[in-house]
Order: sequence, then C-alpha cells, then structure tokens
Amino acid sequence: MDAAFPLMANSGAAAASSSARIAATTPAMTTSGANTLRMKVSKLNFYYGNNHALHNVSLDVATNRVTALIGPSGCGKSTLLRTLNRMHETLRHTRLEGEIALDGVNILSLDVTSLRRLVGMVFQKPNPFPKSIFENVAYGLRINGYKGSLDDAVEKSLKRAALWDEVKDKLSKSAYALSGGQQQRLCIARALAVDPEVLLLDEPCSALDPVNTAKIEELLFELKPTCTLVIVTHNMQQAARVSDSTAFLLNGELIEFSPTRTMFTTPSDPRTEAYITGRFG
Amino acid sequence: MATTPNAATPSELSLNSRAWFRRIRGADEIAHLITFIAAASILLITVLLVYQLWVNSAEARAKFGWGFFATSTWDPVAGDFGALTFIYGTLVTSAVALVIAVPLGVGAAIFLAELAPPKLSASLTFVSDLLAAVPSVIYGLLGVFLLVPLMRTTIQPALKKTLGFLPLFRGPAYGIGFLTAGIVLAIMVVPFVLSVSREVLLAVPRDQREAALALGATKWESTWKVVVPAARIGIFGSVFLALARALGETMAVTMVVGNNPKISASLFSPGYSIAAVLANEFSEATGNLYLSALIELGLVLFLLTFILNGLARLLILVTTARGSGVLPS
Amino acid sequence: MSARLIWRKSLNAFMLSLTGICTLLTVSALFFILGYLIWNGGKDLSWSFFTHLPAPVGEEGGGMANAILGTLKLLALAALFGVPVGLLGGVYLAEFGGRTVPFLVRYTADLLNGVPSIVIGIFAYALVVMPMHHFSTLAGGIALAIMVIPTVLRNTESFLRDVPRALREGSFALGANKWRMIATVVLPAASRGILTGVLLALARVAGETAPLLFTAFGNRYWSPGLMQPTSSLPVIIYTYATGPYEDWHKQAWAAGLVLLGLVLLTNITVRAFLSRGSSYERI
Repeated sequence: MDAAFPLMANSGAAAASSSARIAATTPAMTTSGANTLRMKVSKLNFYYGNNHALHNVSLDVATNRVTALIGPSGCGKSTLLRTLNRMHETLRHTRLEGEIALDGVNILSLDVTSLRRLVGMVFQKPNPFPKSIFENVAYGLRINGYKGSLDDAVEKSLKRAALWDEVKDKLSKSAYALSGGQQQRLCIARALAVDPEVLLLDEPCSALDPVNTAKIEELLFELKPTCTLVIVTHNMQQAARVSDSTAFLLNGELIEFSPTRTMFTTPSDPRTEAYITGRFG
Repeated sequence: MATTPNAATPSELSLNSRAWFRRIRGADEIAHLITFIAAASILLITVLLVYQLWVNSAEARAKFGWGFFATSTWDPVAGDFGALTFIYGTLVTSAVALVIAVPLGVGAAIFLAELAPPKLSASLTFVSDLLAAVPSVIYGLLGVFLLVPLMRTTIQPALKKTLGFLPLFRGPAYGIGFLTAGIVLAIMVVPFVLSVSREVLLAVPRDQREAALALGATKWESTWKVVVPAARIGIFGSVFLALARALGETMAVTMVVGNNPKISASLFSPGYSIAAVLANEFSEATGNLYLSALIELGLVLFLLTFILNGLARLLILVTTARGSGVLPS
Repeated sequence: MSARLIWRKSLNAFMLSLTGICTLLTVSALFFILGYLIWNGGKDLSWSFFTHLPAPVGEEGGGMANAILGTLKLLALAALFGVPVGLLGGVYLAEFGGRTVPFLVRYTADLLNGVPSIVIGIFAYALVVMPMHHFSTLAGGIALAIMVIPTVLRNTESFLRDVPRALREGSFALGANKWRMIATVVLPAASRGILTGVLLALARVAGETAPLLFTAFGNRYWSPGLMQPTSSLPVIIYTYATGPYEDWHKQAWAAGLVLLGLVLLTNITVRAFLSRGSSYERI
C-alpha cells in the first residue's frame, strides 16, 4: 500500500508528493506518474436510517481543481461531501454502499484518522477551538506528532490562508477575538496545517458578508495549485466564479456533472437549466 | 322594572360589573399576597437559621474567639473546646472522597456523554441518580458491616505492605478511620460529579467535536483535548458541589470514622468530623458552653457549605451559558 | 501504519475502555447495595417486624412498628407544613414575582437546599425543642418540613414555567382572572410534574437521620400525639447498627431493606411516571 500511496507514511512524506503536485500545476499537462483524478466516487448510495439520501452517485474529483456541488436545499450535496472524509460515521444509523476512492484506494478500507488528515474539512459555521490562534492551527500538528518547528508550520498555514498579516502579532490571543471572516480563514489555516491532499468546504461563505466571501474565494484560487478542492455552495454565482467542474444534485441524484463553463452556458439537462435560471430552489 | 326577567339595564350592568371587577382584583391581590408570603418564608427561615446559629454560639465565640479554630482540645469536663480536630477530619475525609470520586465521576461522564448511545446514556444516568437518592444511613449500614471488616482484613494490610513507607498508610489497621470514611463518602458523591459533568460535556457544541475529528483526531484526542477543556469550568463546579456534599455528610461518616478527636497523618487512624461530632454529642451536651461550642461548629459547617455551593453554581452557570452561546468563551 | 499512529489508536482504545470501566463501577454500586440488602435484610423480615414493638433491651425478637408509624407521622407533618408553603411560593415565583424578590428567593432556596441536614436539625432544636424543653415529633416534623420547602418551591416554579403561554392566554381570553387562571388551568397542567417533585422531596426526607437525632430523638414505645419523642426508621437503623447486640444488627438490616425499598420504589415510579410526558399534552 505504501508504494501506491506514499502519503500513508507519516508527515515527513509530505515532501514526496510535492513533485507530483508541481507536475500537475500546469493545466494542460498530464504527467505519466501523477493521477489527474484525485478522488473518484462510484455508484454511491447513502441512507440515513430508512431515508435513501443519495441515489447511485458517480463523480470524479480532478487533482488541483475546484469541484463545486450545487443544488437546492436538501438535495444531498452536504451529505455527499461528508462521505468523502467519512464524517458521516459520526452519526448513528447511517449506511453507505458503493465505492469512494482516493488516489485509487477505497477510503472505506483506510484507517479513518489517517484519511481525515489527508482529506480536510472546513465547515459552514466557523468553529475554532476555545484556544489561542496559535493553538488552533497547531492542534492538528500536535496530535500527528509533527517533528519540525511548530512556529514555522503555523506561520506557513496562516500565510496560505491569507491570515498571517492580520494575526501575526496576536497569536496568543483567543481565536474568538477574531471576526467571523477571520475565524473562517483560521479554520482554513487549521485544516491546511496538516497538509491535506484534498480540502472539503461545506458552504464556507454562507455565514459571511460579501467582503469576507470575496477574500475566501480569492484564497481558493491561490490554494488550487497545491490542493484539490471540493466546495458545496448554494450560491450559483460563486460556483460559476470559483470552480472548474460543477455537479448539480437534485433529490439525492446527480443530474449533471460538467465543466463549469459548459454547465452554466449550455446545460444538457432541462432540470439543471431550470435551477440555474432560478425557476426553483 | 318593566323589562324581561333576565335582562339588566345598562346602568345595572355597569354597576354589577364594576363590583365584579373589584372583587376579582381583590381576589387576585389576596392570591398575590398569600403566595408572596409563602415565597418570602424561605428568606425568613434562612435569616432565622443564621440568626439562631449565631446567637446560640455566642457563649463559645465570646470565650474562645478565633483561637477556637486553632485548638485541638475537646474537653467537655474542663469546658475547653477547639474545632481543629473536627475541621481536620472533615477536610481529610472529603479530600480522600474527592481523590476517588472525581476521576471515577468524570471518567464515567465522558463515557456517557461521548461514547454511549443516547438511550444507554440516559438509563445509566438514571441509575446514577438513584444512587444519589440512597439514604446516608444505608451507606453507613453497609460501611459498618461490609467495608470496615474488608478494610481491616484485606485492604489496609495490603496498602501497608505496598505503600507503607508513606506516612499516609501507617499505624494499626482498625478498619475504621479516615480512609474508610473517605471511601464511603466517595461512593456517595460520585453521582453528583457524574451528573453535572455529563451535562456540561453535552453542552459543548457538536461542531467542536466535528472540527477535531475532521483534522484526523482519534475520538479520545477529540474528547480529552477539545471537549473536556471546553467544559472544564463546569467540571470544577461539579467538584465543588461534591465537596459541599461531602463536608456535610453525617451518618455514613459517623458510623465508620471512629469518632475519636485525633489529628493524624495516617489515613488508617480513627478521627472525627464536624458533622459526626454534632450527631454524637449534641443530644448529650450538658451545660450551655458545651452546647454553644457545638453550635459554633454547626455555624462553621454552614458557612463552608454556603460558600462552596455558591461557587459551584456560579461555575456551572458559566459553562452552560457559554455552551449555549450566551457568553463568549 | 506508523508507530505513532499505532500508539495513538492504542491510547484511544485504552482510555475509552477506562471510562467504560468507571461507568461500570459507578452503576454497579447501586445494584450491589440493593442486592446485598435484599439478601441480608430479607431473611430477617417478618410480619412481626411490621406489627410488634421493640423487645426490651438485650432480649431477642420484637419489631419496629413504632418506628414505621413514627416515620409516617413525621412525613405527614413535613408534607403538611412544607408542601403548601413550597407550592404557593413556587406559584409566586412563576406567576407573580418581579425581578429582585424571585431572584433572592431562588438563590436562598438553593442555599437552604445545600445546608447539611444536621445543621437544619440544630435549627429545629433551637426553634422548637429549646422553648418546649423536650424532644417531640413536632420538632422532627418541622425540621423535615424545612428541608421539603426549597425542593418543592423550585420544582413547582420550574413546572409552572413550562406551561405554555398559549394556555394562559386562552384562559384570560375567556374572562378568567389571574388566580382563577392559575388555579384552574396552569396548576392542573403542571400538576403531574409538581406531584412528582413533592413525592421525590418526601422520599428524600424519609431517609434523613441527622435532623431527627435531636428533635424527634427516639422512643422504644408508641408515641401518641405530636408532643412526645418518637422513633423513626432511619434513626432506629442507626441506633441498632451501632449497638452491641447481634439481634439488633439483624433488625437494622431488615429495616434498611424496608427503608431503601420505599425510597427507591418511590424514586423509580415517580421518575418513570414523569418521563411519559406532561399533563397538558394529553388534553
């Protein structure tokens, strides 16, 4: 397993994957060794108790691209997102059928704590820990036994999340002293600290004002070359602005999955068109 | 009047209704007054309680002053009284009780709040609440006939053999004493630590746990490093609550502590507590000074539990208010 | 899997099992206590236990009829004095009060609740026994009543507050005045919860020994009326358990079983009864 998935080794192996990352930076290039498909969902069926929430969903998540999941409330987009890092397992009475693969390996057969280090998540409402800014970012590093300099790693994450300049003088202050938008960027920094391959974002801007939303969207552009992103959003304009591919879900079914430009100019399914033009949802 | 029998003229109506309204308002006012008196009676009772404790301990307070708390003599015959041995015994037995009960209670609370399915958690908490309802004298009964012999024959000798180098575990093994009383107290206060800790843990918002798990933390890491620290103020509150209970426990303690006013570093030694000496000697106290000294002890106990309970409730309030978002963290 | 991950997972499994063990220990304590009492106390329980007076000191046999009657009388007094005061006080807090008085009353009630029962006993002694110059059932009843009031008061207030606004407004709209609304709509709606609170408070004081030690004191015979000292279950358990006679010890176990049985039975039925939903939902 180690050979096929070098990332399973401890955090020191982060360097090993950087070559794969550099190779995949230029959009037109496909290197022979690197996967252009980071995650692949095949025929996924998901149940909350007796409620069949996702029907036969199949989806590709391209490496170093942004994939957006859109659809009306209750369509299953958040549910789908949460299966990608097995967060659904924190709830009782859930059942999953089908396959979800990360770099070719079925995530259901992986150790879940390792998986979640590789596939990070940012939630809808910012949820920083009641600790200092520094400790929030360092948390993931500490539990994984990071051997390097914590200060450097925390600084790097905060820079990646475009928050460093605003907090560098108050790292020991409580995270709750930050504004909503800053807290969300802190949560992004916290998730980035453990160097995930994939970052899942569940409506990250829905609790934020337009200015902070714009800041985070810009952040996503900057993250793209080094990270694969999957974002759930109820804001279609955001999906159109930010993503490379978009998936439209309705009532637990994947109606259409296309490159964003195509979906928003010439959608193939009439239901997609109806949703995009605002006739429902 | 030349009108139909059941109809009333407008003037009659308004006269009747005015009288009716007056009657209603009067009845409401009476109700207001009666219920107010009932509620205020609590204030009256408490004030009276403190007053009685204060006034009836006057003789002892006048005679001994602050030295009362520094003297370990307790000599009814000579009329010389000091609270030190009882304060010592109360504190030692309570400390032993907390050392045992807090890890047990918090551990169980973690299990019930984080691991157990909701139904199991609720029914086990129910059982724990029943444990809290068991009368003190029953604990005393089991203590006297079960625990004391067990301590004397098995546990105390074992402790002496393994940890006897510590001053805590020296001296003859009578079975009764500080350690035994502490153990009985521990079983009695565990349900309080458990119940309150479980509630404050449950009050920590769900998204905190999700954030930790999504970073690749194990369940224990999420619990111990995120949830418990978030709830720690409330957990301290539960400890104070347990301590307040332990301080005032009478029957179970007096049945197993040995009732001997001694100060000793060894936990095997028999001792005394404030509540225990009150239980034993109050009804036999001869002379006003004796009684007055005992009542002064009662006053001390009252003040201790008052302060602790007040602190405990404050801490618990802060945590649950925080959890529901009323207060910032 | 890396070594660190294995360590983290082992620690996880170990600590979580430890918490399970803590829970097991705590919960099994109750079953152990109950089981032991049933085993040890059950064998000495007989009809004469309930109907005979204690035998002369040192002689075998006899029962605890006077203790049982004494406990019943004390509970009746505690209910008589404590429940109306607590109930009406709770009504005041929930229905009439402003800001300061209810806050003070609530705070003081919680304070009174936390006072050790032996201190309450001292208070009742100073209040009743000292002026009367003798122990009495009345003094014991008053001591227990003082312990009942804060619990009943807070409990009543809590359940009254839970009654929805809509019910009160409906009553007002029909022309009821305030006390009528409270008496005919709000109290009945909260009655189940209030009753459970009262029963639990009484069950709690039924087991209290300390406040009776120098108020009701004790009595080896019947105690007619309220002005004489009386025996009671908890006190007799204490006296017999700490006494020198083997026969007394056996009787203490039997009495312990009866007392615990009553207390637990009340607690279980009342709590189970309460959990089935509140009165107003059924209407």
